[in-house]
Amino acid sequence: MIPRAAALLLLAAVAACAAPPDGRRSGYEFMGPGTRAMQDDDATNPAMLWVLDGEALWRAGAGDSGRACADCHGDAAASMKGVAARFPAYDASRKKLIDLDQRINLCRTGRQQAPALAPESRELLALSAYIGRQSRGMPIDIAVPSEAQPLLEAGRAAFRRRQGQLNLACTQCHDRLAGEKLAGNPIPQAHPTGYPIYRLEWQGLGSLQRRLRNCMIGVRAEPYAYGAPEYVELEYYLMWRARGMKLETPAVRP
Amino acid sequence: MARAIVKVPARARRGEIIELRAIVAHVMETGFRRTETGALVPRDIIRRMVCSYNGVEVFRADFHPAVAANPLIVFTTLAAESGRIEFRWTGDNGFDAAESAPIAVE
Amino acid sequence: MITRRAFLAAAGAAAAAPATLHATPEAMNEAIRALTAGAAAPRGRVKLEVPELIENGNSVVLGVTVESPMTEADHVRAIHVLAPLNPLPNMISVYLGPRAGRARFTTRVRVANSQTLVALAQLSDGSFWSDQVSVVVTLAACAEEVK
Repeated sequence: MIPRAAALLLLAAVAACAAPPDGRRSGYEFMGPGTRAMQDDDATNPAMLWVLDGEALWRAGAGDSGRACADCHGDAAASMKGVAARFPAYDASRKKLIDLDQRINLCRTGRQQAPALAPESRELLALSAYIGRQSRGMPIDIAVPSEAQPLLEAGRAAFRRRQGQLNLACTQCHDRLAGEKLAGNPIPQAHPTGYPIYRLEWQGLGSLQRRLRNCMIGVRAEPYAYGAPEYVELEYYLMWRARGMKLETPAVRP
Repeated sequence: MARAIVKVPARARRGEIIELRAIVAHVMETGFRRTETGALVPRDIIRRMVCSYNGVEVFRADFHPAVAANPLIVFTTLAAESGRIEFRWTGDNGFDAAESAPIAVE
Repeated sequence: MITRRAFLAAAGAAAAAPATLHATPEAMNEAIRALTAGAAAPRGRVKLEVPELIENGNSVVLGVTVESPMTEADHVRAIHVLAPLNPLPNMISVYLGPRAGRARFTTRVRVANSQTLVALAQLSDGSFWSDQVSVVVTLAACAEEVK
């Protein structure tokens, strides 16, 4: 039967891919060749439409200050190199864990005197994609100072906690059952190696928070509001769990 | 806001078959989706893409709702002469976007 | 403020609407007839490339290549792709000519259901050729709506 043969081929292909010795694999490796090709070529990756928008926003003056990101940060290719690979990060001065989108908005409101960009807005996604692109190919590198340790633990606990009407914990699918099939598709290991991603299911670009909300809806749990600290803690744990893996931003995912 | 990205080789030999790629930002709303309360989301798609080489049409595509969001099209043309290769997309609600790139043909 | 009656009416309408829409076989035949005027379109010369196992029906890479010298005397005029089980059978039509160099294009399409996709090529001599590929569409898990 076509489906079974194709499924076996897909599993074989996944198994044949080079994996880091620790067995961690990016969602990229669980995708079919057509989707991978979409990500690999900037001329066919729809996420590049947002990256170009992000580049324009980087150079545009904003808010009461009239300042552009470029006015303080210069050429993003230099100043933003490695930045996205280090978020979420613990901001010691604010005593708060923040993700990249929150960091962008802190600059918008604090430095540019411009209104914050709304979650999942095209502008915020464009800047996040543009900044993330500058770290493409770099290893994820999450620092956990002692003050942030409890926040990492909170994220880990969330990953292991059963939730929703289906009473499932993230770890059940993404640790234990990764590589098995759900609704015909292989279950990935849930490493956020390419955010913001162009998700084929959304037919658009979206953040890790949006994807986490989809997970919560998937287990029939009520998702937290955008920007909830629970998301940032879980993102922190997920990025830390993926440390050393290469950032692929902006990735394409099914 | 970036409307489209096109990829045209900067230079080519006369008569060479060159590959052209174009991707345009558009939701391609099919007209079959419904909101949470059951209301139909109206169709809003790109209907046509025309590729012109120094003003002469060399390729045309008619899109239907089955074309995916942010439509990509990859095709070929003969490198005939130096000049500009232009892509133009038109569609529902007055959608009209264009992008072009130069080509040097020796 | 949406009234209870209006909400129930809307919910009723939504429940009555089919979960997925298909074109009918008549619609597919009509779509093909509109393109070929009833001419035969035997298998051959056309190669339709699409993954047999589709991980997300929202965006599927699809390519068609037609064997042709692409000369003024002998070239491909048009290539059409149809999906009999999509809400509308026509997916995309491309129009080429000798300046194309090659009769070949790639795009991304939406495939609503597992089905057999059809590619039709119209040659400059008026003849038609075709290819078919059967595809299986899988679902994305953990989406925004409860499916």
